[in-house]
Amino acid sequence: MIRRFIPLLVFVGVAALLAMGVMQAPRKDLVPSPLIGKHAPNFSLPSLMHPHQRVSSTQLNGHWYLFNVWGTWCISCRQEYPELLAIAHTGIVPLIGLDWKDTRGEALAFLSTKGDPYQRIAFDPGGLEAIHWGVYGAPETFLVNPKGIIVYKYIGPITPRAWTEDILPRLPASATVAGS
Amino acid sequence: MRLTRLVLALLPVALLLGAPWARAIAPTQMPTAALEARYERLIHGFRCMQCQDESLANSPVSLAADMRRQIRQMLLAGDTDRQIRKFFVSRYGYFILFKPPFVWKTAWLWLTPGILLFVGAFTAAGVIRRRTRLVASDLEEPDPRDGLTGVQERGR
Repeated sequence: MIRRFIPLLVFVGVAALLAMGVMQAPRKDLVPSPLIGKHAPNFSLPSLMHPHQRVSSTQLNGHWYLFNVWGTWCISCRQEYPELLAIAHTGIVPLIGLDWKDTRGEALAFLSTKGDPYQRIAFDPGGLEAIHWGVYGAPETFLVNPKGIIVYKYIGPITPRAWTEDILPRLPASATVAGS
Repeated sequence: MRLTRLVLALLPVALLLGAPWARAIAPTQMPTAALEARYERLIHGFRCMQCQDESLANSPVSLAADMRRQIRQMLLAGDTDRQIRKFFVSRYGYFILFKPPFVWKTAWLWLTPGILLFVGAFTAAGVIRRRTRLVASDLEEPDPRDGLTGVQERGR
């Protein structure tokens, strides 16, 4: 008699499995980064502001920093811009920019009219450096600790809430601003 | 009228013939045919992280173009396919591979179809064996009310 219900049980089992899959499926636009907990890529790129100087990972070691990938072509980056200025204003953690697939002229014009929240900006017009960071869209922001380990990655425009709930709690209370 | 029909009839043929040349998105110039073949195979195996359901070979977005450029550079620098795959997986995760690798995390994905096939074959075999037995017992005990039985006996 029980054998009759086996197909039904199998069906319920498969349906439950699929329902779980659908409910727990992560948002497709938020691909988790395998770089979290790993060392940030070593890089040395020309500075956006001073073309003859370089911005490199060795300058950044020993301090907490937020590595923000942006471009003037990126609408969401403009959206998060006020929050970046607010974060810079707190002085808790320096923002290091990666100006991604941009032109120097447009970037400089943008910064001079909107204000500059960054301590340093690396210039990546070719877009190959961003691949090393596993970037697949702008803005993306990485929190890097003094040992150079990526602690956290935030995908999309940083909101005030993301700053207070996701980024700030990961910083030690005594985080200091890196010297410029 | 007849011309329209002719055009409509030839259109699919023309589209099929054009397929091998439809490479406008990822035109390349690798120095050797062997490198070119490896490059082609590699770009078809990676997912475009922006459009997600397209491969790097078919994606028109600029990130895909950058990734193709990265692959080209690594090929020219002498990296193996394995090294190139590892480079992208370590930065974007297994998600970037269209064909998931066989690792602990994906074992169930690869093994489930085999297990289901085995269960299905086992069930089917059971059903078939039971049915075969049914037919045999029917022949052994012919129903006397069945008119066909008489016909068969007369035919022998």
